[in-house]
Amino acid sequence: MMERLLRVHGPIIATVAVAVVLYVLAGVLYDGFFSLRVFAGFFGDNAFLGIAAIGMTFVIISGGIDLSVGAVVGCSSILIATLVEVGEWHPLTALLVALVFGVSLGVTMGALIHAFDLPPFIVTLGGMFFARGLGFVIHQEPIALRHPFFSDLYELPARVAEPLGVLLPAPAVILLVMLAVGLYLGRWTRIGRAVYAVGGDEDSARLMGVPVGRTKIAVYGFSGLCSALAGGVYTLYTFSGNASAGTMLELDAIAAAVIGGTLLSGGVGSVLGTMLGVLIFGIIQTAIVFDGSLSSWWTRIVIGGLLLAFILIQRLLQTSLAGRGR
Amino acid sequence: MRIPRLAWPLLALAALMSFNLFFTDGFFHIEIRDGRLFGSLIDVLDRAAPVMLVAIGMTLVIATAGVDLSVGAVMAVSGAVAACVIARPEYSVLSGVPGGGSAAIAILLALGVAGCIGAANGVLVSAAGVQPIVATLIFMVAGRGIAQLLTDGQVVEFRSAAMATLGNGFFLGLPVGVSVVAGALLAVGALTRGTALGLFVAAIGANARASRHAGVPAGVIKVVVYTVCGLLAGIAGVLVSADINAADANSTGLYVELDAILAVVLGGTALTGGRFSLIGSMIGAVLIQSVTTTILSRGVAVEYTLIVKAGIIVVVCLLQSPRFRRGAGGLVRRRSP
Repeated sequence: MMERLLRVHGPIIATVAVAVVLYVLAGVLYDGFFSLRVFAGFFGDNAFLGIAAIGMTFVIISGGIDLSVGAVVGCSSILIATLVEVGEWHPLTALLVALVFGVSLGVTMGALIHAFDLPPFIVTLGGMFFARGLGFVIHQEPIALRHPFFSDLYELPARVAEPLGVLLPAPAVILLVMLAVGLYLGRWTRIGRAVYAVGGDEDSARLMGVPVGRTKIAVYGFSGLCSALAGGVYTLYTFSGNASAGTMLELDAIAAAVIGGTLLSGGVGSVLGTMLGVLIFGIIQTAIVFDGSLSSWWTRIVIGGLLLAFILIQRLLQTSLAGRGR
Repeated sequence: MRIPRLAWPLLALAALMSFNLFFTDGFFHIEIRDGRLFGSLIDVLDRAAPVMLVAIGMTLVIATAGVDLSVGAVMAVSGAVAACVIARPEYSVLSGVPGGGSAAIAILLALGVAGCIGAANGVLVSAAGVQPIVATLIFMVAGRGIAQLLTDGQVVEFRSAAMATLGNGFFLGLPVGVSVVAGALLAVGALTRGTALGLFVAAIGANARASRHAGVPAGVIKVVVYTVCGLLAGIAGVLVSADINAADANSTGLYVELDAILAVVLGGTALTGGRFSLIGSMIGAVLIQSVTTTILSRGVAVEYTLIVKAGIIVVVCLLQSPRFRRGAGGLVRRRSP
């Protein structure tokens, strides 16, 4: 019983421990780190990474990978900005168009992967080139947003919650909503269980009557939706649209998922773990800003080191427990 | 009828080339100036050189059913090491020459570091049993940070006669970069086709358990293969830096891993491992660069390159997918009873 608990939850316990240690360490080292505003910033400043990572988590759990995430963020960001500033559309309509684009691209990729048994790595690489190219075709230069809707929306949650003393910017609120959606989908829905089943063993899942094809296509469609929404949040966060936004974001999203205990071989993982991974990203970035003397490249090196540590812990847990079980 | 594996990439390349023959003026024009070859075709080879080098190593890695995502970051690290040893006085302790190091030592150190990263990847994959995509993700994430740290986030410029020759010189009438690719291809080709190494590599990829029972030292061979891949990426990094006489940790080798994997897949080596074709990967790399050059020389905006690339990926993948071929074959048979 204990061993099973450790095998299933071992990686996530390690993630929680690392997050707490990093947070306490940074809090002791730097004045003012323990404030609520800083904590809200972990989520607010990484909201688009977090939202994209939620979609990525489901793709990885299903045994696939989605390299198009960062490019879709850039494409959706420039699409929204162009429609609003050049086409004079309402931002919400523009967002809807971007979401439809994200879902369509995801569904197309999922259908190709399933129907022709193509490797997800290569198909989503094609999707990445397509979305990045399309973004630059739509508009090459970054566009600054002057539409009042964006600043109103950004400050809305803060104004509503003012009396309560909570300061959450809109991107963080959207992230939390998506987190709730992701948790619900993964834990309590038929499609969520199907994703785990397909990722665990595709052939068994098929024999048990799980609709493998529909599940896979849905997963890539959901990831496209998350990435397009992340592009919208990026636009809201920076008040600008940029076709080169989200460069290498897929890498950070995969790293956040792996640190959060999601196995790249599929079948194991959770959105909550991924959110812890994003939190660790936020803590490291903020600590480096607080320090002032460390260069921001340390973020990547620390994340690389954490990846190594987590992967070795996961291997160790798997092999030692498998050995004892025999 | 069995279609030879190299047929599809060759066909695609031939189609592109015949398009250029008719529609792009002077694409096939090659002239000899001072005993050196000039022309669009030579340009394609020269520009494809870094991806070709990386694709040689990537072919071997993919043949073992692995993948190496860290090659782009390794290029950045190796370029940064070479540039810093030559240009930064504080690194001259390493090169042994006070005030500015020699290019030879700089390149050796750069390749040494690149080889070490490759070996580390190999050990993680074979000894620790980590999935290749995860193991190499570590250096893909951390590598560029290390390169930035070495260069303090700046573009490190350097002046060195030897590096200038490497970047812009000619050897036997061809750009040095192309000669380096030819040398690497010959060396790796001789190793894999002349000895049993190639057979072992393909055996590990085709069936890891069977090859282990047959006595193939899978662990050692994987470490060797990842080390070779790292080394070749290191050479590519030095070439790219020599080309611009500077090391830019931000942009050197960005997305090269994706282009290299694409070249290998276009060349007919399956991502699931097993049989591999070095020549196929080279054709794949040249194909990718030809598309870019064709688009540029036709005056189409650069951003369309990516969309065309996406289209090629989908088409070639479909052509190589057994399920698609069966479906298409069925259609053909039904139409002609």
